[in-house]
Amino acid sequence: MAAGLATWLPFARAAAVGWLPLAQQPLPPAPGVKASRGDEVLVVNVSGRRFETWKNTLDRYPDTLLGSSEKEFFYDADSGEYFFDRDPDMFRHVLNFYRTGRLHCPRQECIQAFDEELAFYGLVPELVGDCCLEEYRDRKKENAERLAEDEEAEQAGDGPALPAGSSLRQRLWRAFENPHTSTSALVFYYVTGFFIAVSVIANVVETIPCRGSARRSSREQPCGERFPQAFFCMDTACVLIFTGEYLLRLFAAPSRCRFLRSVMSLIDVVAILPYYIGLLVPKNDDVSGAFVTLRVFRVFRIFKFSRHSQGLRILGYTLKSCASELGFLLFSLTMAIIIFATVMFYAEKGTNKTNFTSIPAAFWYTIVTMTTLGYGDMVPSTIAGKIFGSICSLSGVLVIALPVPVIVSNFSRIYHQNQRADKRRAQQKVRLARIRLAKSGTTNAFLQYKQNGGLEDSGSGEEQALCVRNRSAFEQQHHHLLHCLEKTTCHEFTDELTFSEALGAVSPGGRTSRSTSVSSQPVGPGSLLSSCCPRRAKRRAIRLANSTASVSRGSMQELDMLAGLRRSHAPQSRSSLNAKPHDSLDLNCDSRDFVAAIISIPTPPANTPDESQPSSPGGGGRAGSTLRNSSLGTPCLFPETVKISSL
Amino acid sequence: MNLEGLEMVAVLVVLALFVKVLEQFGLFEPVSLEDSVEDEFELSTVCHRPEGLEQLQEQTKFTRKELQVLYRGFKNECPSGIVNEENFKQIYSQFFPQGDSSTYATFLFNAFDTNHDGSVSFEDFVAGLSVILRGTVDDRLNWAFNLYDLNKDGCITKEEMLDIMKSIYDMMGKYTYPALREEAPREHVESFFQKMDRNKDGVVTIEEFMESCQKDENIMRSMQLFDNVI
Repeated sequence: MAAGLATWLPFARAAAVGWLPLAQQPLPPAPGVKASRGDEVLVVNVSGRRFETWKNTLDRYPDTLLGSSEKEFFYDADSGEYFFDRDPDMFRHVLNFYRTGRLHCPRQECIQAFDEELAFYGLVPELVGDCCLEEYRDRKKENAERLAEDEEAEQAGDGPALPAGSSLRQRLWRAFENPHTSTSALVFYYVTGFFIAVSVIANVVETIPCRGSARRSSREQPCGERFPQAFFCMDTACVLIFTGEYLLRLFAAPSRCRFLRSVMSLIDVVAILPYYIGLLVPKNDDVSGAFVTLRVFRVFRIFKFSRHSQGLRILGYTLKSCASELGFLLFSLTMAIIIFATVMFYAEKGTNKTNFTSIPAAFWYTIVTMTTLGYGDMVPSTIAGKIFGSICSLSGVLVIALPVPVIVSNFSRIYHQNQRADKRRAQQKVRLARIRLAKSGTTNAFLQYKQNGGLEDSGSGEEQALCVRNRSAFEQQHHHLLHCLEKTTCHEFTDELTFSEALGAVSPGGRTSRSTSVSSQPVGPGSLLSSCCPRRAKRRAIRLANSTASVSRGSMQELDMLAGLRRSHAPQSRSSLNAKPHDSLDLNCDSRDFVAAIISIPTPPANTPDESQPSSPGGGGRAGSTLRNSSLGTPCLFPETVKISSL
Repeated sequence: MNLEGLEMVAVLVVLALFVKVLEQFGLFEPVSLEDSVEDEFELSTVCHRPEGLEQLQEQTKFTRKELQVLYRGFKNECPSGIVNEENFKQIYSQFFPQGDSSTYATFLFNAFDTNHDGSVSFEDFVAGLSVILRGTVDDRLNWAFNLYDLNKDGCITKEEMLDIMKSIYDMMGKYTYPALREEAPREHVESFFQKMDRNKDGVVTIEEFMESCQKDENIMRSMQLFDNVI
């Protein structure tokens, strides 16, 4: 809840006057919030430094230590102030959060100490304001990495332990990915590296002209043709090793599809395929040209080194990430080339014996000039040609020289940013999920408030008041506001689940509609109990769903709903924790439980089930015992199951 | 393009470059454009201070302490002293997370912004609150009528009412029980007009409105809602 909401709530409630004349049902009376005692100034003494603030300021965030009644534990009646034995410098930031709604991160403090303070005062780190968030996260990540490094260094001797029951496949994959984990993996790693080098060198040496053994040989042959068998054997050996390695990796890969699509495996395939194609293709002149082309692909074996070299991988990655800049460079160059080639062609058109025979022929001149190579094989001879030629070379320098430093600086920036951006995206999802949760928390709080029967004006005031007392004044008023809106429009707020269920429940008919009405029952008490006995609530949901023979999917939905509600109630648990001890028992009960208990079970209605003990009021009547047998030994269920059976 | 033409072009290009070089040396001042218009961005730090406490006390029915509390909250939220429509909508939407409250917030904004200057200052804010929370029942009804009367012409037509009604139903959002139908606002408007429009002329005037509301028990009783908001 933002700081602002509490301020604006009276205004929002006042604006409800606009609904009054339109309401077709009578609007509910306002909650009897006891009149605030006006503003008072609280004194908070943190290790001797006294901070003073309005009480309202602290009340803005009832989920925190200072905003809830938890601060009463720290109240010193003698001096009339709240005393905290914590760091006063950090407290300044915490208090500013209440005042401004933004939590700032101190630059010069240790991030861990700050975290601890936040945890103490009940603030979640997500509250850190946007201005300080990035730095906070960076420092936290740095810290975490440093700690992780220390841990790793400690464990370096042992090496990360594999789970005992890991299969050969997993061990193999791990050996491939982290060669330094076992000796055999290391050996394999070096052997493959050696063979890659051998293969590349053989490819290169193959083409060097060797002098024949007999001096008298008229022409020189490339070594490859002089010693075909030797090179063929070496090639075969290398390809065998590579094929073996590839097949082993394929076998060991946890996800074969992904492995097949990965770049490294493609490189592997391209490296060994020419050999096999060469084997299959018969050696005749028609396809020898293609055969020669295939040999070119053997040079891709050099890329297999990227598994052995971190630098190559980084280079490849940065090229990939700078693709747009490179693309722009290419595009602008192409534009310039076309323009200048056209101009040069037309400038040189009239000359005899000119090299500029066509525009594409002029491309070569333009490229050579723009990159300042200047081979000199094509030279303009007219004056106009020379003028434009010089402009071409000048602009070439500019066009090429300008983007390059930008690209270079982009490299490092993009490289680091990419790493950070991915993490931030993942964190953003979590943040959005939290915001959504908070939103649904508000709605769910209201829905739960409704089901509590908190809106019944009549009824057992005492127990009910105990149940609803722990909602703050703000919540009460906000819920009253939402209730007014419901009455004005004669529609009720529900949550998504019940809405879709209700939609689905229209067709199957009465039985299902009954089940939906019943299935919506557990929402109330279930969610009440959720904070104290989540397991039981789940069991109850299962039982109830089964008992109404509703579609099993519905029960799953209920479980999810309950789970969702349970999660959303985590923030509220703080205020329920802060309830006075004798209230906590009553939190378990719904007023209806009492009513139902009174009506149908002769057992004493003071059936305040203590959540910790499964002991039932078994001394009670027959109904109690049968229920106990049928239930899973959870007394909380008694009133509710009775109620269901009475439907 | 023949050679002659291209040479001409080349010569022109050379001349242009020459001019540029002269400019660099500062020997040749080309005609400069008018000074670019001053940046038009208004100082966004408009600060509005309300009148003194005593005057507000006279104008509204709040006590001094209440005004102090209200102003402190207001100033904390809007340090510039005024609320514009966007802020207003955003604030209001926080209270109704399920639905879309922006239309109704716009109507509210127009109702609070009595001098129609596009922003709600503290005086407007407090004046409106004073009428609603501390005014008589007639004052409140009057204020509500003013809210509904979108074009401030003294009578509510069916279209205006439909707009208001739709905006209120929008605030409920999608997930309601029973499910919202398309015709629900219209039907509500019909029933409203049936109740309020005495002479069945299709518009509700202030007198008809007041009369019908005063006769309605529910409305009168619900008016007590606002007695202890602050």
